[in-house]
Amino acid sequence: MNPVIKTVLQRLGLGLLTLFAVSVIIFSTLELLPGGFAQAILGQGATPETVANINKSLGLDRPAVTRYFEWVGGAVQGEFGISFASAGSGWGSSNARHVSDIIAPRLYNTFFLAAMTAIIAVPIALALGLLCALYRNSWFDRIANALTLTTIASPEFFVAYILVFFLAVKLRWFPPLSTISDTTSFWEHIYKAVLPSLTLTLVIIAHMMRMTRASVISLLSSPYIEMAKLKGLTPKQVILRHALPNAWAPIATVIAFNLAYLVVGVVVVEVVFTYPGIGQLMVDSVSKRDMPVVQACALIFAATYILLNLLADIVSIVTNPRLLHPK
Amino acid sequence: MTQTQTETRVIKARRSYVQNVWRILKTAPPTAIFGMVVIAIYLFCALFAPWIAPYGEADIVGKSYQVSSSEHWLGTDQIGRDTLSRILFGARNTIGIALLTVLISFCIGGVLGIYAAVTRGWLDQILSRLVDVLMSIPVLIFALMLLTMMGKSVWNLVLILAVLDSTRVFRLARNTSLNIVVQDFVEAAKLRGEGMRWIVLREIVPNILPPLIAEFGLRFCFVFLTIAALSFLGVGIQPPTADWGSMVAESKTLITFGRPQPLIPAGAIALLTVAVNFVVDWFLYQTSGLRDEK
Amino acid sequence: MTEFEHNLAKAKKAVSMGKLSRRDFMAFTMASGMTLSASQMMFASAARAEPKKGGHFRAGIGHGSTTDTFDPAHFASGMDFAWGKGLSGAPLVRINPKGAVVPYLAESIEQSNGAKTWVFKIRKGVTFHNGKTLTADDVIGTINYHNGPDSKSPGKAYLTNIAAMKADGPNTVIFDLKGPDAGFPANLANYQFPILSITDGKPDVSGMGAGPYILDGFEPGVRVHFKRNPNAFIPGNFDEVTQLAILDPAARTNAYLAGEVDFIDRADLKTIDMLKAAPNTELYNVSGWEQLTAPMFTNTAPFDKVEVRQALKWAINRQDLVDKILFGYGKAGNDNGLAATMQYATVPEPVYTYDPEKAKSLLKKAGMEGLKVDLSAADAAFAGSVDAALLMAEHAKAAGITINVVREPNDGYWSNVWLKKPWSHCYWGGRPTADAMFSVAMAAEAPWNDTKWKNPRFNELLVAARGETDDPKRAAMYAEMQQILHDDGGWMTLMNTNYVGAMSNKLGHGDFNADLDHDGGYMYDRWWFV
Repeated sequence: MNPVIKTVLQRLGLGLLTLFAVSVIIFSTLELLPGGFAQAILGQGATPETVANINKSLGLDRPAVTRYFEWVGGAVQGEFGISFASAGSGWGSSNARHVSDIIAPRLYNTFFLAAMTAIIAVPIALALGLLCALYRNSWFDRIANALTLTTIASPEFFVAYILVFFLAVKLRWFPPLSTISDTTSFWEHIYKAVLPSLTLTLVIIAHMMRMTRASVISLLSSPYIEMAKLKGLTPKQVILRHALPNAWAPIATVIAFNLAYLVVGVVVVEVVFTYPGIGQLMVDSVSKRDMPVVQACALIFAATYILLNLLADIVSIVTNPRLLHPK
Repeated sequence: MTQTQTETRVIKARRSYVQNVWRILKTAPPTAIFGMVVIAIYLFCALFAPWIAPYGEADIVGKSYQVSSSEHWLGTDQIGRDTLSRILFGARNTIGIALLTVLISFCIGGVLGIYAAVTRGWLDQILSRLVDVLMSIPVLIFALMLLTMMGKSVWNLVLILAVLDSTRVFRLARNTSLNIVVQDFVEAAKLRGEGMRWIVLREIVPNILPPLIAEFGLRFCFVFLTIAALSFLGVGIQPPTADWGSMVAESKTLITFGRPQPLIPAGAIALLTVAVNFVVDWFLYQTSGLRDEK
Repeated sequence: MTEFEHNLAKAKKAVSMGKLSRRDFMAFTMASGMTLSASQMMFASAARAEPKKGGHFRAGIGHGSTTDTFDPAHFASGMDFAWGKGLSGAPLVRINPKGAVVPYLAESIEQSNGAKTWVFKIRKGVTFHNGKTLTADDVIGTINYHNGPDSKSPGKAYLTNIAAMKADGPNTVIFDLKGPDAGFPANLANYQFPILSITDGKPDVSGMGAGPYILDGFEPGVRVHFKRNPNAFIPGNFDEVTQLAILDPAARTNAYLAGEVDFIDRADLKTIDMLKAAPNTELYNVSGWEQLTAPMFTNTAPFDKVEVRQALKWAINRQDLVDKILFGYGKAGNDNGLAATMQYATVPEPVYTYDPEKAKSLLKKAGMEGLKVDLSAADAAFAGSVDAALLMAEHAKAAGITINVVREPNDGYWSNVWLKKPWSHCYWGGRPTADAMFSVAMAAEAPWNDTKWKNPRFNELLVAARGETDDPKRAAMYAEMQQILHDDGGWMTLMNTNYVGAMSNKLGHGDFNADLDHDGGYMYDRWWFV
């Protein structure tokens, strides 16, 4: 069988198992958190009576195992349930919102921001990485390294505030808030997402750049590079034609890791810019113990991670003839 | 290639360990030296914070938000604690916590990773799947949930971050070891009848050390950042313990008005990260075997 | 702008809002060398600047979450309460800036039978946003929604005294109470009680109401948008209103400074001086009804000794707490249980100040020198709780008291710490009446009696005051209750907070309400663009 197809099938199978395991872990963690949905919603105003009423109406008074398998039963049919927060409302179910309705617009926003950042960050990181490898140990290399390290070494919110201070409050080029609604047009969405996207770019660029540089440099002592040099190729040709093609595997892994981060790890940036993404939704729902929403978010995150890693593996196989045509 | 053919080879006494280290240090590029000096200063502050800090970590010694003066070089914070003292104690806490976290995660991840690669049995399968699962849950949110569950003590924070981080170390250790295990020299050692312990310690560990150390440098810095992000979400290190990440989070609104206070702890983190990575870069370069023509 | 011009602009604005009298305004302008007639003309033109219609008011709110809902039984955050008080919803009554109850949806309110029967006449011809006419049945259905046996509404606590309700024609509702309550209507001003449209016995909780603004877009945890209700019985001033949930204080400040919003609440007090100095900014600073407290269990050692309670009250430097935790934007508490701006609030003597010597001698009297106590704190109780606890420990040292600060987890604080640990931190938002405050937090049988305090005289007065329709007599009873609480209770008000925000000086406003933030939740229909 073609190794690519084989890997894909194998990984997808394992991926499903992983998703199942993730759902068990998330569910049991939520169960173990102190306080339940009712206490979280009612806060200081909770009385045993109102708590019991809410638990009863949501079926939270039943054993955890029953509830879990009920949820799984729905999930395998693509039915992720109704958000507790909306289902909690009294007599009418007019307010009840399906998890998918809550998540869909936010998921779009999250992917939008991730894609926008990736389009900016990945090419810059690759180019900088290659330049640093080419001019390794020059002042250019050192300065580029120090600068990008400084940006990843600063907490995300710090980078964000500094950008806001200069670009939004002082210069007023971009809005300090990225409130996106369903009426926001595509171009307006881009305009409003500039600052969060710039923040994330600064945060992820160093990791990818350094990996590009390191994996290219690590190949430079190989005999075949030595050979290419002896042939009289310029350093640029050596790096682009000979080193880079063999360095793709680790680079792809790091890019996949960072793209996954753009989807799953940006809750802080979402909070700073009030960008309605999925990270904030998950944190909110965890604090409210809104199990169906938390589960759905966790599964989306896990699936993103699994798929991106699969993609990285495919890249490593395709770029490596030894893996593509096994003996 | 300055060595001339006519040079007569004199048998020298073997250099001592100290001499070797010194010889390597002398060849260090300026960035690495800068990095080492910075790290040394930080370690000094961390170790001797109680003696060099003018005030206690949580002592309220003045009014809120005093500007810098001869009494309080860096001013005071929101409830009148001395900022310089908190920065110095912050070095102790931040570096201590990060170091501890990374060491634990390398112990767990490294040992299990190598073991999994060497034995390759059902244990490897189980561990690898478990790591897959843990890695596919967002670290920040999972840490937040676990901290809520277990309580927000520093020890829990260290333990949770260490376990979550060890997944990445496990992967790296396992994958790099796998490449080594199949090499001829390991095969030869096995045929020679060397024990597992010997093979791991003498053949595998030395060969996988460079990537692990590089990872160590990065992980070490990411721990600060994760703690800072957790502080931002309200579950990081709890007051009055000073750590740089929380200190940035506490004074973040000041940036809005262009005030420099948050730059001090943020700069402290950034400088250390840059320093650590400069040293790691140099180390990697040393061990890569790459000798550029000069 | 010269300083004079700047001051003149300020004075003009004060006039337009009725804050500066003609005499004071003219004294100011003439002292600056203006002629009498010019000054008079200027006053006239400034005073004419009354509420104007129009504009899009955007408020940045430090509350809101993805679980926000328009169901009044589940209003939880500061994002929600304005909806019930006068954005899309309309309650029967409102609170005015003086803290008194005024009719809103109700036209008139009358009591009889010694404050046991209350008759609410409802405005005629009020329609909901969907065109349905509001009747007495809607009122009764709404109250039942909160007060029914299956109710999950925290609002139930305010309605327990209701024995029966009946409609008398489409525009009259009669409430029969179990016991007399002279302050009953104030309960219905609470944000949980906008009148909902009832169809087939079911309330509409989709955000549709009879209020001055119509819901026009809602993304939970992000933003809510309203447009003016052209058929409102008392219309709002703005054409459009947007509430943005901006939880991060720094982001809120940025949004305000960049002109994205016209008002922000919960300003970061650390940087308040810089925010105050921002161009075209007026500080929104209102002494509110919220109290930050440290309740002691009066039935648990060592707090069962009244000397110990008093010693602790003297051993805390509350002004220092106000200065450091609230940055001066608040008042030191005096343990009378009511915020100073509430009706019937008094200042019982002796006022608790920081007096470690007195605390020492009280402890000596009780034979409890060298007292060691645990204090549970978490920022879930109130922002800065842990810092405040550390400061308290520092203060108490001088009186020889060791306070061991126990940092509790934020999650589950209200279920696991408050009402469970003998000494903890807590906050109390405003209650509409002195009676509501006392009944809910200090009455012997109250579920939230967080000091486990059972004082017979206090409880006797509580019932008596409720039935007393003669106002001065009632006031005297409440004064006595506050004195008892101050001397004997386990209640310790560390601080009364201010609501602090920033508003663009393009916004016009009258006197502010103190019962809740956001001008009592009424800013959306009271304020205007000048």
